[in-house]
Amino acid sequence: MDSTTFVALLSSVLFTIGVLGVLLRRSALLIFMSVELMLNAANLAFVAFAHRWVQLDGQIFVFFVMAVAAAEVAVGLALIVTIFRTKRSTNVDDLAALKG
Amino acid sequence: MALFILSPILFPLLGLLINALWGRRMSERAIGGVATLAAAAAFVVSMLMLGQLTAAEDARLTATIAPWIAAGALNVSFGFLVDRLSIVIMLIVTGIGTLIHMFSIGYMRGDERFQRYFIYLNLFLASMLTLVMADNFLVMFMGWELVGLCSYLLIGFWFKNLKNAEAGRKAFVVNRIGDVGFVLGILLIFVTFGSLSFADVFGQAEAQGETLAGAIGLITLLLFIGATGKSAQIPLFVWLPDAMAGPTPVSALIHAATMVTAGVYMMTRASALYELAPATQAIVALVGALTAFVAGTSALRQLDIKKVLAYSTVSQLGYMVAACGLGAFIAADFHLLTHAFFKAALFLAAGSVIHGIEHGMHAAHNSAPVDPQDMRYMGGLARKMPVTFAAFLLGGLALAGVPPLSGFFSKDEILLDAFKHNLPAFALLAVSSVVTAFYVGRQLTLVFAGRPRSEAAAHAVESNWLMTMPLIALTIGTVFAGLFNFPGAHPLTDWLAPVVRHGDAPKFDAPLAAVFSALAIGALAIAWFLYRNPDRAQAEAETGMGRLLAKAWCFDDAYRWAIVKPFYIISTVCAQVIDVGVIDAAVNGVGRLFHTLGNSLRSLQTGFVRNYGLVMLIGVVFVVAYFALNAR
Repeated sequence: MDSTTFVALLSSVLFTIGVLGVLLRRSALLIFMSVELMLNAANLAFVAFAHRWVQLDGQIFVFFVMAVAAAEVAVGLALIVTIFRTKRSTNVDDLAALKG
Repeated sequence: MALFILSPILFPLLGLLINALWGRRMSERAIGGVATLAAAAAFVVSMLMLGQLTAAEDARLTATIAPWIAAGALNVSFGFLVDRLSIVIMLIVTGIGTLIHMFSIGYMRGDERFQRYFIYLNLFLASMLTLVMADNFLVMFMGWELVGLCSYLLIGFWFKNLKNAEAGRKAFVVNRIGDVGFVLGILLIFVTFGSLSFADVFGQAEAQGETLAGAIGLITLLLFIGATGKSAQIPLFVWLPDAMAGPTPVSALIHAATMVTAGVYMMTRASALYELAPATQAIVALVGALTAFVAGTSALRQLDIKKVLAYSTVSQLGYMVAACGLGAFIAADFHLLTHAFFKAALFLAAGSVIHGIEHGMHAAHNSAPVDPQDMRYMGGLARKMPVTFAAFLLGGLALAGVPPLSGFFSKDEILLDAFKHNLPAFALLAVSSVVTAFYVGRQLTLVFAGRPRSEAAAHAVESNWLMTMPLIALTIGTVFAGLFNFPGAHPLTDWLAPVVRHGDAPKFDAPLAAVFSALAIGALAIAWFLYRNPDRAQAEAETGMGRLLAKAWCFDDAYRWAIVKPFYIISTVCAQVIDVGVIDAAVNGVGRLFHTLGNSLRSLQTGFVRNYGLVMLIGVVFVVAYFALNAR
């Protein structure tokens, strides 16, 4: 098993953990962290394949992803803090005000 | 000139306009005065027209105001015509109408809708004059319908009592049934003659009557159906007895001066057509005679003072219609004239009696309230209300055909015609004539003779001059109206001969007249003798035959079972089964379908972000799998 396969497998395991975290967890903060995990799993795959095919596109793409993720963290954490302040909870199931 | 000819219609319209616009601020006397003056003005103008018409035999006043309908071959205008026939009816309508207006001022005093009453009354007069003065069938039909409307409004005038409102509705509906016949007749006239104006239609009928005999027979029959509605003949007479629900002066107006005479007037106007349709004539004569008999016998067992008069009106209209059927149109008009006088006198006298009894009820504080129209609670009023009694007595004797009062001459003319031309009709009319005298005697005895049978009757007082004045005037007319066609001179026949068809020259048959006078007087005497015991009226109404007569041969029940009930059943089926079961169910079903669909789809939208995420994941897995499998 060469290193690329190994990294790709690690990336998919991390991505799966992220997906399961989003689907199963109720805390907004943990869902947020799982989303980050999925993004980084994708980054890992990008880097691994960029290295394997000796092309820089993947690595450049990772920078963009990280930049966007940073911005998203700023906005997302701010939202979660506000939600916690109004609801006294970060449980996403409590956010049902729009449900008919 | 056109304004002058129209003025009999315009004066009542002006009166109702004044009352409608400013009546709220006017006193009762002023409102009644305006309405009465409007009617009187119409009468005066009619008299002026009468003066103009005497100039020549075929003198006629015509006015065409405006074209009404011009569509292809159909050309109708608002045309009015006053000739020797219409002027006679106009004088009856306006003359007696004026007296009834005057009587109403006293009768309706204190009514909360006094103003509206006089507006309706003036409208009634204007409508009837439109009917009479029309120069074509369509304008006549317009007046015909307006009269129907006014009768509905006035019969149901005290509509807070549901029974009165229903009586008004019944009059309207029953009249509509007859109107269908009239409308079909008018359409057939247009199809046959290509015109609706009297001059054209009668001229053509005269010129080519032989070739059009079939069509004319049908036209006259259809027009007669219209007449059975308005003039209350079998089978459509049922509305008239119920029309008693209106105020008593209205009953007088409907029964004497307007409305019910419309059918007879229309047939007289179309006498040129009727003369060409012998088959229709026979039907008309028989229906009229049968109506006279059925209604006359029904009057025998009525306990309501106005109901007796109502059935007597139907019966007398039967005489007029029978006369039309016998071709004696002028005799019909003569009877119409005398009947207008004595029936108006009788009705207004009855109104005065009711007014007196109601007054008596107020005066006798601790008396039990009685029905002021029930003759069982009257009695002994001759001394309390002498003027009313005199009017009622003379009117009643005229109705019974006692010489030398007006009814004697006109009825005798019709009987003589029937005797000569149609023996079955004569038999029916002869029996009715005796029956008439009998119920008149019964009514006079029950109301005026003996002792008062209730506190209210004991305290009754004579009405004031506003009510007795018209009574006196009408009574004078009742006594002397026979002179209009006095045997030997026949001024009315000579007057109408140029415009109305008539059979033989009227003759006076002394033996026949003597027999019927003797029978009438005998019947009156027997009735007086029998009903001096007032309990008799009560007892009689309870026997089987008495109940049948009191219900007027059960025509109403027959209609209820044959028409009204099945109609209700059909309506119920339509409403409960077809509307609710089919139409509503279809609409509601569509709604319910989408409601159910929405409800079931709604469970997909859980509102949990995780569920949506899972679905997205599954979708992504499928898409990826698709591309992965198709990759090579």
